[in-house]
Amino acid sequence: MEAPLSEDDAHLWALAAVFAVLSFFAIGGVNAVIPEMHRQAVDVQHWMTSQRFTDLFAIAQAAPGPNIIVVTLIGWEVAGILGALAATLAMIGPTSVLAYLVGRVWHRFREARWRVAIQNGVTPMTIGLVAASAYVLSRAADTGLVAVALTLVTAFVLTLTRLHPFVFLAAGALLGAAGLI
Amino acid sequence: MKSNPSTDEAPSLVEIFLAFSGMAILGFGGVLPWARRALVEERGWLTADEFTEVLALGQFLPGGNIINVSIVIGQRFRGVPGSFAAVAGLLAGPIVIVILAGALYLNYGQQPIVHHALNGVTAAAAGLILSMAAKMAMPLFRRGAGVQLALAVLTFAAVGLLGFALPLVLGVLTPIAIGISWWRLR
Repeated sequence: MEAPLSEDDAHLWALAAVFAVLSFFAIGGVNAVIPEMHRQAVDVQHWMTSQRFTDLFAIAQAAPGPNIIVVTLIGWEVAGILGALAATLAMIGPTSVLAYLVGRVWHRFREARWRVAIQNGVTPMTIGLVAASAYVLSRAADTGLVAVALTLVTAFVLTLTRLHPFVFLAAGALLGAAGLI
Repeated sequence: MKSNPSTDEAPSLVEIFLAFSGMAILGFGGVLPWARRALVEERGWLTADEFTEVLALGQFLPGGNIINVSIVIGQRFRGVPGSFAAVAGLLAGPIVIVILAGALYLNYGQQPIVHHALNGVTAAAAGLILSMAAKMAMPLFRRGAGVQLALAVLTFAAVGLLGFALPLVLGVLTPIAIGISWWRLR
């Protein structure tokens, strides 16, 4: 490192490092690492306020596509288009290489005891992490009792019915815009 | 898939790209249901069982589930270029859309109505995520798997309530959890 890094370069490297590490902890998907993403973006890296984080999360949820695009949006907020690319590539690159390699030999290990042991062991942790994501999100948004009620009703109905989740995202936006949340 | 009875030859890179872009653009609130519909029901590229197996792999490995699924499916049809085509299709449209939405937010995000609407979306999204956790937890309740439920609660408390760093929590709990389930398989 001869030349000192410009501030933009430093941001890009920080984005790449944070999300590359984060991706390997995303057991059970992106929704398992929302609390850590929030902790990094708000408390550790000081990229944004907690409210800004939940705003970006909401935009990514309301947009079509894989929920990993919240990472794209965070990168874009921190360092523009290059930041969006750096964050996205860091989040998907290393784990994609792993998926590619494992995908070629997966059928051989499907019944292996170590594989079943890992899966059985990791599943409860994924459940805890995903529940923690819901909790951290509802705490991070600047909201009151109506929001908590909406969260619980949404969770209840979506658990018991096959209603499309977008119905609730749209309802949330409308209730919010009407000043009820 | 190599021995897929439903196709004579593997789909081309363009077909892979288009299939994954299509399901991504439709994927409000999650792409996976659309992935099943597009790949199994509409195009017949995979059987239902093959899709379930690839999905299990995608969920088993770290990273985005649908990203892993598209890597594996792209690879089985067309190797490395196939994986690139699938992920590029999956992400290109949504990235453009989400950045345009982000730019709108930068211009209008200070309006109280936008702020409140986004808080409403976050509240509903938290409910959606909570329902995912509940659905995953249900089989544990049925089986009466007390140890596994305790692990889930412990993980929730450490990361959610106490705000511990995720690497720390996973570093401590993962070996314990896998050790217990290894021992139970004997």
